[in-house]
Amino acid sequence: MSARPTRARDGWGGGWGGWASGRSAWAPLLLSAALLGAWELYADFAGVQEDLLPAPHAVAAALWNNGALVWRNFAVTAEQVVLGLALALASGFALAIAIHLFPLLRRAVYPLAVGSQAVPIPVIGVLLVFWWGFGIFPKLVVIALICFFPVVVSTVDGLAAVDPEQPKLLRTLDASRWQAFRFAELPAALPAALSGARIALAVGVIGAFIAETSTPTSEAYSGLGREIITDAGGFQTARAYAATAVLFAFAIACFYALALAERKLVPWKTRARGETT
Amino acid sequence: MATELQSRAQPSRRDAASDATPAAEGHARAANDDAVALEGVGRTYGERGARSVQALADVSMRAAPGELLAVVGPSGCGKTTLLELICGLQAPDAGSIACAPAVLMPQRDLLLPWLSAVDNAALALRIAHVSRAHARAQADALFAELGLDGFQHARPHALSGGMRQRVAFLRTLLSGKPLLCLDEPFGALDTITRGEMQEWLGGTLAREPRTVVLVTHDVEEAVLLADRVVVLSQRPGRVIAQLEIELPRPRHRTDADVVALRERALDALATGELR
Repeated sequence: MSARPTRARDGWGGGWGGWASGRSAWAPLLLSAALLGAWELYADFAGVQEDLLPAPHAVAAALWNNGALVWRNFAVTAEQVVLGLALALASGFALAIAIHLFPLLRRAVYPLAVGSQAVPIPVIGVLLVFWWGFGIFPKLVVIALICFFPVVVSTVDGLAAVDPEQPKLLRTLDASRWQAFRFAELPAALPAALSGARIALAVGVIGAFIAETSTPTSEAYSGLGREIITDAGGFQTARAYAATAVLFAFAIACFYALALAERKLVPWKTRARGETT
Repeated sequence: MATELQSRAQPSRRDAASDATPAAEGHARAANDDAVALEGVGRTYGERGARSVQALADVSMRAAPGELLAVVGPSGCGKTTLLELICGLQAPDAGSIACAPAVLMPQRDLLLPWLSAVDNAALALRIAHVSRAHARAQADALFAELGLDGFQHARPHALSGGMRQRVAFLRTLLSGKPLLCLDEPFGALDTITRGEMQEWLGGTLAREPRTVVLVTHDVEEAVLLADRVVVLSQRPGRVIAQLEIELPRPRHRTDADVVALRERALDALATGELR
């Protein structure tokens, strides 16, 4: 980028950025291809049973042959992940802001929030179903419970990271507590909050797996998590791997969708990292 | 707008200094209409005893409306404390303070990185519930006048150090308060830019007259810009000397009178007394 300052100034900055990132997309693809190749060779020639480790081509075949089943289970899981994460982000941000504005709440709530991360979900899974039924809501609660913590921690830190001189300046400009929050602290916390959201997203998919497998359900299609458990127990290992591959790809897609949103939401951060304006 | 801002400024502090302040609405002016009046002000941090640090001791100074009062002193002499006292961010332990509503321009510009230059400049107006469009229009009108035209929509990180200070000063100016407290505004700039900025500040204040308390460690800057220079001692800061600078403007650093006054002030700083 910096090697082509004239182009960047001509308004081609975004174009060159797109070109550069389009190029860098080859790196993960090459690495994935190399890993898949190594796996294929190992599975084909090392004499591992197919029930234990199916080769990539067998996984691809299982995905192809069970497309409709995997797709419908994926739709169930994807909905849970998206809604569960939305619940985690909303409750995480709200709790972080409340903790920031009311220090007493911080002392009261923080230990409980930390403790909540140690509760094994299967212990409370049945209780959640007892409260809210066999539908989607108990599963969303489980996902939110697993994902809200990084959101809270990083947002609280971000809100407190405002330059200590800033409140003095704002006070001499006659800003109220609310205005100091709205004009300085909230936008300053946005990058940290989004970092928390990224961590939440990375654990969100495994959160959905835990949610599905720890809460009983009555649905016909109960999500990829249920399917994986059933398949792994029924010697359908290739199909379990196929479902896992879908979760794998979904997590990556979600992560990059958030990265894209981040560029729109905190342009001053992305710009400051190197692009000329 | 301006009156609204002033009438809301620090009512509690005005009460604290009420012995010297008329209870009039709006302008919280000291007796005999000084914009700044400090009488025997002291400030000690920490608990009384071995671990307490006395920042200021028995400091008195005055500035009439429209005057530029420069405060020079060695680092750690309590200059920043002095400004925070004047702005009402701290209360003195001793003495009395009566000042017009004051706004602080901190040492670092503290521009908000997510706002454009014009929105940063208009921050005080937005805080005073002026609509975004009107706030921008008011700031925009001053951009050209203060040599910032064309930079309205630049984000702070895209501006040079000198430009950032100009935007920060404009933000201070647009607060509408009669008293500006500038804390080493050009301390972080290189020599050439600092010289340009000193000229710029002099010109800007000629066009937009305000009472200014300028804290600096640069004696030359103080002599070039101020109507009066207060020299503070090492901690705890005491007033060593007050120099009236009755030279015509614009002044130049090479003028014989400027050089002579600068040397007098430097001598007072070094020896602790005015000779």
